[in-house]
Amino acid sequence: MSATTAPGAATPAPGGPARDEHEDVAPAEVRRRSLGLLGTLLRPVARRATLTALVVVVAQLALVAGPALVAVGIDRGIPALRAGDSGPLLLVAGGYALTALVAGTFTAATVRMAATVSQTVLLELRRRVFRHTQRLSLEFHERYTSGRIISRQTSDLEALRELLDGGVTTLAASGLAMTFTAVGLTLLDWRSGLVLLVAVVPGVVLTRWFQMRSQAQYRRSRTAAARVIVRFVETMTGIRAVQAFRRERQVAEVYAEESEEYRAANAEAIRVNGVFDTGLVLIGNVTVAGVLLVGGLRVLDGALDVGVLVAAVLYARRFFAPLAQIGMFYNSFQSATAALEKLSGLLAQEPTVPDPVRPVRLPEPRGDVRFDGVEFGYADGPTVLPHLDLHVPAGQTVALVGETGAGKSTVAKLLARFYDPRSGAVRLDGVDLRDADPGDLRTAMVMVTQEAYLFSGSVAANIALGRPSATRQEIEQAARAVGVHDLLASLPDGYDTDVDTRGVRLSAGQRQLVSFARAFLADPAVLVLDEATSSLDIPGEQLVQEGLRTLLTGRTAVVIAHRLSTVMHADRVLVVDDGRVVEDGSPQELVAAGGRFATLHTQWQESLRST
Amino acid sequence: MPPPDTSTTRALLRLVRWARPALPRVVAGGSATLVASLIALSVPQVLRGVVNGPLLTDGSRVAVVQAALLVLLLGVLEAVLVWARRALIATPGTGVERTMRTDLFRHLLDLPVASHDRWSGGQLLQRSMGDLHTVRRWMVFGLVQLVVSSTTVLVGGVLMIVTSPLLGVVYLLGAVPVIWLGFRFRQHYKVVARRARDQAGDLATSVEESVHGIRVLKAFGRGDDALEDFVRQADELRGTELDKARAQSRMSFALAWIPETTLAVALGLGVWLAATDRASVGALVAFFATAAVMTRPVESLGMLLAMTLDARAGTDRFLEVMDAVPALADPERPVALPLAPSAGTRVELRDVRFAHRPGSREVLRGVDLVLEPGETLALVGLTGSGKTTLLQLVPRLYDVTGGAVLVDGVDVRDVTRHDLRGAVAVAFEDPILFSASVRDNVLMGVPAEQVATLSEADREEVVRTALDVARAGFVHRLPRGVDTVIGEEGLSLSGGQRQRVALARAIAGRPRVLVLDDPLSALDVATEAEVTAGLRRVLATTTTLVVAHRTSTVALADRVAVLEDGRVTGVGRHADLLATHAHYRYVLTAECGDDDPPPPGDPRLPLAEEVRR
Repeated sequence: MSATTAPGAATPAPGGPARDEHEDVAPAEVRRRSLGLLGTLLRPVARRATLTALVVVVAQLALVAGPALVAVGIDRGIPALRAGDSGPLLLVAGGYALTALVAGTFTAATVRMAATVSQTVLLELRRRVFRHTQRLSLEFHERYTSGRIISRQTSDLEALRELLDGGVTTLAASGLAMTFTAVGLTLLDWRSGLVLLVAVVPGVVLTRWFQMRSQAQYRRSRTAAARVIVRFVETMTGIRAVQAFRRERQVAEVYAEESEEYRAANAEAIRVNGVFDTGLVLIGNVTVAGVLLVGGLRVLDGALDVGVLVAAVLYARRFFAPLAQIGMFYNSFQSATAALEKLSGLLAQEPTVPDPVRPVRLPEPRGDVRFDGVEFGYADGPTVLPHLDLHVPAGQTVALVGETGAGKSTVAKLLARFYDPRSGAVRLDGVDLRDADPGDLRTAMVMVTQEAYLFSGSVAANIALGRPSATRQEIEQAARAVGVHDLLASLPDGYDTDVDTRGVRLSAGQRQLVSFARAFLADPAVLVLDEATSSLDIPGEQLVQEGLRTLLTGRTAVVIAHRLSTVMHADRVLVVDDGRVVEDGSPQELVAAGGRFATLHTQWQESLRST
Repeated sequence: MPPPDTSTTRALLRLVRWARPALPRVVAGGSATLVASLIALSVPQVLRGVVNGPLLTDGSRVAVVQAALLVLLLGVLEAVLVWARRALIATPGTGVERTMRTDLFRHLLDLPVASHDRWSGGQLLQRSMGDLHTVRRWMVFGLVQLVVSSTTVLVGGVLMIVTSPLLGVVYLLGAVPVIWLGFRFRQHYKVVARRARDQAGDLATSVEESVHGIRVLKAFGRGDDALEDFVRQADELRGTELDKARAQSRMSFALAWIPETTLAVALGLGVWLAATDRASVGALVAFFATAAVMTRPVESLGMLLAMTLDARAGTDRFLEVMDAVPALADPERPVALPLAPSAGTRVELRDVRFAHRPGSREVLRGVDLVLEPGETLALVGLTGSGKTTLLQLVPRLYDVTGGAVLVDGVDVRDVTRHDLRGAVAVAFEDPILFSASVRDNVLMGVPAEQVATLSEADREEVVRTALDVARAGFVHRLPRGVDTVIGEEGLSLSGGQRQRVALARAIAGRPRVLVLDDPLSALDVATEAEVTAGLRRVLATTTTLVVAHRTSTVALADRVAVLEDGRVTGVGRHADLLATHAHYRYVLTAECGDDDPPPPGDPRLPLAEEVRR
């Protein structure tokens, strides 16, 4: 499925990336859902996170002790030393050295522990998102676009990471530091502490404002990032077409526009954050001046020691220093929340082809296939199959013939349970596919499609996808069976050759052969082939058919092919038109009956004789 | 593939190319930040003045109020400067990031298809997003903060020495081990930072493949295996990230412990100095106030250094792609393609050779082939014989590694790719459609300059005719007809439907040369015959090269060329070749000497018999 960007399109495509997964969900619900996700992610690491916070507290305590020790040193140490007593001095200096060691050790521990928490959460989230996208049905994938799934797994996760890496510990560290400092200051001199309290009010107001503004900007930023990624992925996937049709300039323009929107969203978020930061600094500095003024005057009145004033001012400055960190935390929290909204939206998608609650095992599948009154249409689209009754006895090879869009592929996809019918049931050995154990079903039934997708990695690994436990010998056997062995063996590293990214270096025909070898290796009871040989040349097709002859013995097969050469070998042919079976019989019978199939057959014979 | 060990500074300096427009503002913003930090540093000095002045000596209220006002003024000034820094750097920073991103994108669009194979999709995406994000964050935050913190530390150090030379020296002694540790940290962190970014790119690739290959994974029920692989990969990344954290943790231990320990010594020493009247209490207060201001900058150095090295890894990865020279650039002095001769365009391949990589096996080993004006030539050969490769040489999606491709006598390397591809249209075997309406997809085959001159009605006519020839009547039954959006963001079409739209696109512009790669492989016999008839009509004056796997496609052609083992081993009419050329006969019939289709139940192909047993 290669597709790329809309170069000429003046307006975004309806149903394009503008459509988001939480479009019809209330904002409060979205926020609740995303915080809920954060909660479930943090719960398993709660103990470790708490421990990290404790370590942070100790590290902060050690740092806070500094000015106090200096104050004690000046106020007590000097007079004592002058009196010839070096005890207090040594005690203070030793205390300071101890706090230095504690601060160093615990700060270092914080860095490591915070990273552990963060990376554990990210791994878990990555796993969940990956597993969930694998479980979601094709219907979803056709709608959501690959680019957006990638953007969830990359840039959205990155946003969350920024919060987890620094955020949680910053919050604990800064919050506690501020609390300690405030307590320390109040204990030292409660009047100075009171001044701090006054400063909290404008701080809260400012924070409220920031929350409202930044949330909107970060949502915008996440959406814009997804768009940029979607565009990038689609363009690079379809790079050949972009170049061949000289769409470089138009595509680049669209991309530039979307990058600009992403930039603007980020810049605005940064601007809002800038106002917030500045406000916090201002509040802090005004307060420090206030403490100095009040304290200074009280020193003159003899109500306060100079040392205490010095400590008070130092404390006041310290109190506000972490505020910038808290601002940063809050900023990354907002950004992460926006990302979590997207991620939780993806995770909230329900597969339309759900796994059964009580799976029925298929330990020894025979391959008896039944369509019982199946009605089907894609999503909420028109009906494609109005009513299909079909019985394929175990071991039979059935070919589906008909015009493009007649519904042949739909039958194949229902059989492979890529979709579920709207009504009626598809059964394998009498078991409704919706009740069948998913693992057993995939072992029993394999579908090979026209698009032979190869994953990066070796050729052998690509074939082994059919049966991961296969030995090298079995892999080669499968390749031999479909006649691709010589070709693969002649590659630079033989079976260990990396298929080039995007599979460019293997031709479409060769890729189809590799994917055929996969199916051969999988050795299923039911094989569904949807135009699986369309790109093969005639010798290749013949080799495959010889392989099939072995493969299909004792197996059920449903084959869709427009080439009659393939169809003629089937036990039974179904001519499908407009979602209905209009002819049913052996190829010979149908040719003799003189219906549609007979016409196709005549045309085919003529095409072979032509020129 | 880390680059040769250039210094981090030099690697990052290359960013100036993109940062230049923002540079004055970055400098201004940096200065603002610097001044802001200096102000923060000066507050203790004011404090010293207050303590040594009014508080300990004359007791003037006015002086205290003045000092408080001064602190207030400095505080407001600091806030203003903090704001200025944001306004000056952060916003232009996002501009730099965007420019780098769009430059990377343009560069990738310009790189030939073959060069794209060097990086997987996820690696490229990660470079365009994650890496550039890291670089931007460093530029607007890390770099400035690094300058500011270093300056703060330097100025603070000087102030400490001025305030109390002896205490200052004690403090500075601590810098020696810190610098040594910092050097070691850099060596190690540099490597793991790069590894982490590479692994993140690989992870993105896995995600991309798991989504693009979803049908295969579902069909074989391999979702769990893919998940296992993915988790293993993600776990490796986690390991690398933790490695980074451990290195950073060691560094932050050094940066927190060593300076504070020297301060403990300084405290003891300072109190003794004050007690013995060798230093003033004010100086002592100022010294520790300065130290307090320096605590955070010193502590942050480790994090900033890490950020810088992360940014360096990101920069390297970005530049690696940017440094890839398009092997297939436009000529310096491009020649214009001669006007199309009335009879049609002549295409000639002269001793054409091609290898995917220098030194690798040649796929084409000296192909000589002439397409006469208006002629349709079919290219027949076994899978993997190099047919598709040969086709791509004509619109110059690949470049020959030997010999030349000439269009109307002009080497394709002498014209701009834009001109060439305007004259040569392609339909791929694996049709790539764009996320756009059917109409826009078809019109893409028409040069943009030309579309602009067409009236609305003419445009509709072009689209209708092209769809007609390609027998894409199904389009009119789509939900919104030709306005239906297809491609990844729209309706999914079947393989045969996509092929027909792609074919309509290729012929819509009435190109001079048409290159078709097995364009009818997914069509049924009846449709194929209709399309063939339509194409024969349209292709009358279009010189066409078509890859054929089947006799029915060969029916399109005037002549056939047989490609065997990278060489053309026969050119001629279908019937003649069938009679004389054994390989040709084999390719088209898989048999030797018999052209008859197997009748139903033919015993020579006993598949059906076997199965029925």
